Amino acid sequence: MTEHEQNIHDPANVTNPEHGTHHVVPPTVYAMVYGSLLLGTLLTVLAADQNFGIFNPIIALAIACTKAVIVILFFMHVKYQSNLIKMTVGAGFFTFLVLITMTLSDYISRAWGLW
Amino acid sequence: MDNATATSETVMEHEAHEHVYVPQHRHHFETEQQQREAGSFGMWLFLLTEIMFFGGLFFAYLLYRNWYYDAFVAASNQLSVPLGGANTAILITSGFFMALAVWAAEVRKKQMLVWTLVFTTLFGIAFIGIKYVEYKEKWEKHHIPGASFDVSEFINPPIDAKTGKPSQNPLPPDVAQHTQIFFFLYFAMTGMHALHMIIGIGLLFWLIGRAQRGDFSAGYVAPIENFGLYWHFVDIVWLFLFPLLYLINRHPLAH
Repeated sequence: MTEHEQNIHDPANVTNPEHGTHHVVPPTVYAMVYGSLLLGTLLTVLAADQNFGIFNPIIALAIACTKAVIVILFFMHVKYQSNLIKMTVGAGFFTFLVLITMTLSDYISRAWGLW
Repeated sequence: MDNATATSETVMEHEAHEHVYVPQHRHHFETEQQQREAGSFGMWLFLLTEIMFFGGLFFAYLLYRNWYYDAFVAASNQLSVPLGGANTAILITSGFFMALAVWAAEVRKKQMLVWTLVFTTLFGIAFIGIKYVEYKEKWEKHHIPGASFDVSEFINPPIDAKTGKPSQNPLPPDVAQHTQIFFFLYFAMTGMHALHMIIGIGLLFWLIGRAQRGDFSAGYVAPIENFGLYWHFVDIVWLFLFPLLYLINRHPLAH
């Protein structure tokens, strides 16, 4: 039996860092993700028609973020990838947040809305 | 005794495995798995640059929507939620077929790989088709920013037949001009997104051709997998564009 076929419980993959067990995501997982995404779309459209006041954009963004997270984790396989890939995705989120917050603080701190 | 046999078999097969190079394995990578992960890592780095690219446009939308709130509300209500929602469902379906294509390549089912890639492409083309319909309507209504932009609909909104009142609040002319900024951002963001889709559709045609020749059903999955990352990213951008452009201005805050 090769090490590929043996289910060695080695989550940090210390034994064989090059031979990570390759996880194939089955179509049933994809089908469930697909269903959730369509459901989320329906929810966000219905919620937009209701008047939740200040919460309308918050609800819309929360649903959009949830959909994005499940696409990233399952369609893009990140849940099953190494920590390198997970950290890279995290770095992307972090840098994007820096973009938004720092630029926003720049605008807020001077002449907001005067041009 | 069994253990000894198992160990020596493992050692032998391990060594045998190390010397078996699959055709796509480049020698500066120790294993094919490492090569595949390096490829994914590089693809993700590119996607990070794309996040920053679209992020800048999203920031502009965040800022101007807060500065020119009434104009943005009026302009946003010109967009068709049914068309946008249909496009969202179409793109999600396209992404679902792309994920199935990656699975088909991994389990080496050539025909399934080809038809899932074909459906990914068809739904992508359907998305672009609906975008064409939406853009054409904007052209006809003179809602494309520039010299021929027409603000009259925002200054004198059409009377709603059922209620006898204007369908939306009329805007003063200087405020109405700010609807151009909304439409500028609408065309910039959905236009760049559509360009990414068109490039992706072009790449899909190439991938379908190679998949039909069997290039990806003998263990070489990386191009399908990495294109899948790109395609899902484009899907995620739309998942944010749709609510922000089409949905959040349906119930504006009174002020």
